[in-house]
Amino acid sequence: MTTVATKETGADTEPPEAQATEPDPDEPAVEEADAPRRIRSADADDRIAQVGSAAGSLGLVWILYHRVLPTEGLLGFVLCWWIAFLLLYALVTVQRHGRVVLVDRIAAAVVRSAAVVVAAALVTVIAYTFWRGGEALVHANFYTEDLVFDDSTDLSQGGIRHAIVGTLEMMGLSIAFTLPLGVACAVFLSEVRGRLSRIVRTIVEAMTALPSIAAGLFILVALILALGVEQSGLAASLALSVMMLPIITRAADVGLRLVPGGLREASLALGASQWRTVWHVVLPTARPALATALIIGVARGVGETSPVVLTAGYTNFLNANPLSGWQTSLPPFIYNNARLPEEEMVVRAFGAASVLLTIVLILFVISRIIATHRGGRRS
Amino acid sequence: MTNAKPVGTATVDVDTPRAIDPGLPVADRVFRGGARAVGLLVLAIMASIGVFMFSESGIAFDEFGWSFFTEHRWALETNQLGVLSLLVGTVTVAAVAIAIAVPFALTTALFITEYAPLRARRTLIALVDLMAAVPSVVYGLVGLILFQPYLADIARWIHDFFGWIAILDVPGADPDTTNWNNTAHQYTSSAFIAGVAVALMVMPVCAAVMREVFSQAPAGEREAALALGGTRWGVIRSVVLPFGRSGIVGGTMLGLGRALGETIAIALIIVPAFDVKLRILENGTITIASQIILRFGESSPLQLSALMFAGLVLFVFTLIVNTIAAAVVSRSRSGAATEI
Repeated sequence: MTTVATKETGADTEPPEAQATEPDPDEPAVEEADAPRRIRSADADDRIAQVGSAAGSLGLVWILYHRVLPTEGLLGFVLCWWIAFLLLYALVTVQRHGRVVLVDRIAAAVVRSAAVVVAAALVTVIAYTFWRGGEALVHANFYTEDLVFDDSTDLSQGGIRHAIVGTLEMMGLSIAFTLPLGVACAVFLSEVRGRLSRIVRTIVEAMTALPSIAAGLFILVALILALGVEQSGLAASLALSVMMLPIITRAADVGLRLVPGGLREASLALGASQWRTVWHVVLPTARPALATALIIGVARGVGETSPVVLTAGYTNFLNANPLSGWQTSLPPFIYNNARLPEEEMVVRAFGAASVLLTIVLILFVISRIIATHRGGRRS
Repeated sequence: MTNAKPVGTATVDVDTPRAIDPGLPVADRVFRGGARAVGLLVLAIMASIGVFMFSESGIAFDEFGWSFFTEHRWALETNQLGVLSLLVGTVTVAAVAIAIAVPFALTTALFITEYAPLRARRTLIALVDLMAAVPSVVYGLVGLILFQPYLADIARWIHDFFGWIAILDVPGADPDTTNWNNTAHQYTSSAFIAGVAVALMVMPVCAAVMREVFSQAPAGEREAALALGGTRWGVIRSVVLPFGRSGIVGGTMLGLGRALGETIAIALIIVPAFDVKLRILENGTITIASQIILRFGESSPLQLSALMFAGLVLFVFTLIVNTIAAAVVSRSRSGAATEI
């Protein structure tokens, strides 16, 4: 193991064999010589070239953009600065290094800045939503009243209680439908198996990317138009369930397949039947994975708009009964109010979006916590 | 491996293995039957989506026939309904979204697997997943309220410099106008702006697939490239990208499937326009999904059936795209790795 020491200091002065004589594994001094060279760190030359190019291009573009050329706008400025930076950086690099280093550095700069743009986009979307929604979120009535008001411009009247209640009831019903079905189907796919399971798995995987509008249309046609079921929270939950079922099934299937085969065999060898093995060994072991699967499905379902719009109608009043009458949830509320001309309605839409984002964020954090604790105790 | 024949023929009878399979206990038979029934139920639910949409769109097909695919108007009064402009709009918006999302997805995936410090990697992956979990209605809302004015500005700029390219032209708008407030609306609610909002939600989907495939690039080949004196970009170009090619294709297809089926972000941003056009910067466009959500409430049975038909077209379209994507990605995961 410790035969070749990679020492940078005496580059070509001594052949590697000289260092490799008498490798003593017990001697701690060898470990120091063996410390791997950091191949990915930037040296001072690189840093100076980067900072210098950034500063130089900033000055150049500032003068050209604001003083010489008839251009304006922050976005254009940043874009021009970026392009000037790349050019300057390339120029500086190519003077001291070859083409190979040039391409490497420019590629690194492009990849890094694109990642920054993506991060900025994510932060912008979330921060802007909370910032605009904040005006509505500080009013307690926003959470406790329906969307009724004498004056639509007064944010201390009217709220989203009906949408929150609708969201919670629809998600509760959807979980009640999809969790047993999804887990049972995953058990079928990974524990029972057989020729049928291959077909089911193919179909389920294809359906995970089902456009949510198709799920809504299906319930609209099959239940509401064909069977005469009225538009209600229940119909919306069914539509959401159709959409969530493949997602939960697939995630649960992946989780069950990760259960070590040794546990199953140990249980079977002790004389347990397959049913008992699944119930007492496989499912408890996979519990974190199943919880993650559920949360993934719920996070997708809670933000879906089109199935609910198609199947639940829309109302501004609280309807706590999901079995009859129109009901609304948070996404349709946002959709219906975002395009209204009054500024305050847009603020309410952003407030509802903030509440929705908070729910999604909480679900997301829970799933992360479960996922990182996965396998800690049992496997 | 191979079963060696017993040498002594006399012992064969004695050595026959005793049957140890006692048959399935009742509980197991019930369990297996129940699980199989659930599997069949799920299969039935999934299959009935396609069946119902197919049977319900029959009325429209009887009425319009194949001209449904060549008619671009959606005139409820005169019953001239066709899916051509919807199809063109859907593909246009999805193409814009993919054109914007894929370069960023590629670089984000590369950044996470190749450039980011090891400690930050988990956090970055979580952030990309979080971006995928943000509801599309939120992207639509922010795109409509926050991004649209800036994007209209960019659209004018593009029109000014690249207006000679047919798809980037905006007839009737003067990019050099001094009265921007009267011209801005000609650049809003366009396929381009809807495409940007969709790109935001498609990007993390593409990036997740690409990242996973990139991170599976064989370590041996990476190290070999480094040992030959390759730079980091050299490793990416000669090992990571060739290895992850199917991940790039698969991720793009998966993103395309999402972009084609996206409803609400597009419905929020666009203004319906039923011309068959590829001018992405011009005000107004329409997609299949947004048409369904905008029109389902005010339709007669025939028109509803026509919407169903459009939905079926979308359904089949996305199903094909997604199946190809899944096939490409799964092929990349099995056995493409080379061991050294």
